[in-house]
Amino acid sequence: MDDFIKGCKKGIPIALGYFPVSFSFGVLVVSSGLPLGLATLISFTNLTSSGQFAGVSLMLTQASYFEIAITLLLINARYFLMSLSLSQKIDKKMSTLQRLIVSFGITDETFSVASIQEGTLNFSFMLGFILVPIMGWTCGTLVGETLMNFLPVSIQNAMGIALYGMFLAIIVPASAKSKPILEVVLVSAIIAIIFYYLPLFSILSSGVKLIISTLFGAIYGAVRYPVKEGKLS
Amino acid sequence: MSLYLLISVLVMAICTYLPRMLPLTFFRREITSPFIQSLLFYVPYAVLSALTFPSILYATNNIYSAIGGCLIAIYFAYKDKGLVFVAVAAMLTSYIVSLFSFLL
Repeated sequence: MDDFIKGCKKGIPIALGYFPVSFSFGVLVVSSGLPLGLATLISFTNLTSSGQFAGVSLMLTQASYFEIAITLLLINARYFLMSLSLSQKIDKKMSTLQRLIVSFGITDETFSVASIQEGTLNFSFMLGFILVPIMGWTCGTLVGETLMNFLPVSIQNAMGIALYGMFLAIIVPASAKSKPILEVVLVSAIIAIIFYYLPLFSILSSGVKLIISTLFGAIYGAVRYPVKEGKLS
Repeated sequence: MSLYLLISVLVMAICTYLPRMLPLTFFRREITSPFIQSLLFYVPYAVLSALTFPSILYATNNIYSAIGGCLIAIYFAYKDKGLVFVAVAAMLTSYIVSLFSFLL
């Protein structure tokens, strides 16, 4: 029980960071003419940002199920890497059912925060830790769908930066304390920026660009500054 | 709600869940390769960095408010102020800058 509460507490900042983003998702879906309730259903069953935005834009063009599946798999392939990484960090005794439940809650943010926790992650902790962000993400969309007309656009726009603020709150302090992490962060950022601005790469989907930028940074770090037993030497 | 929309949501949900679920559920060996261990150690920082740059500049529909929010976020993150504080500070800054952006 203690671990569950501890997990919930760790999940709160993530849920708060999610709220504005999933709120904007709700606003976007309703304002694009799709039926009320659809956005909340998507947020509850998908729990991801770029995949949801991409999926909705495909639905609006009446894309085939196959197209939707391929696009979503490409965008979400990064979760494969994160899930693999977490498989090394979770309690070895976790049952298959528990693993099936916990893995639903793997996102960029839960993964990053879980990875930097000390020690192994047990089921109670992980349950609380994913439950709160799931609620934040789903409620954000519900409120966004319902209240979309009451919030001034200027506030809606400003909310868009909250999630990135959270990302910076994770990578900046880590980079300040560790030169290898700083270099990894810079390499990934530079590759991502090149992909974004060079028209040559516009054929790649955003998910593929993200995977390549991530791998470049992580491989650079692994080659230049190998870690021993999960710790920087 | 049309059947097309419902099936599309189901397809999305499955294609989001599978990549998350497969490794964690079925891969139970310990990875011993120092290279893969190191790679996995750096992935969180690499992925967050690639997600943030340059997308943060376009997160608010106004590049000046985004730059303002980004700089304040980096400053408070450097001061180790925590996730929520940094996110809220970035939002407030973007909001205030966007109010004055007609001056720029």
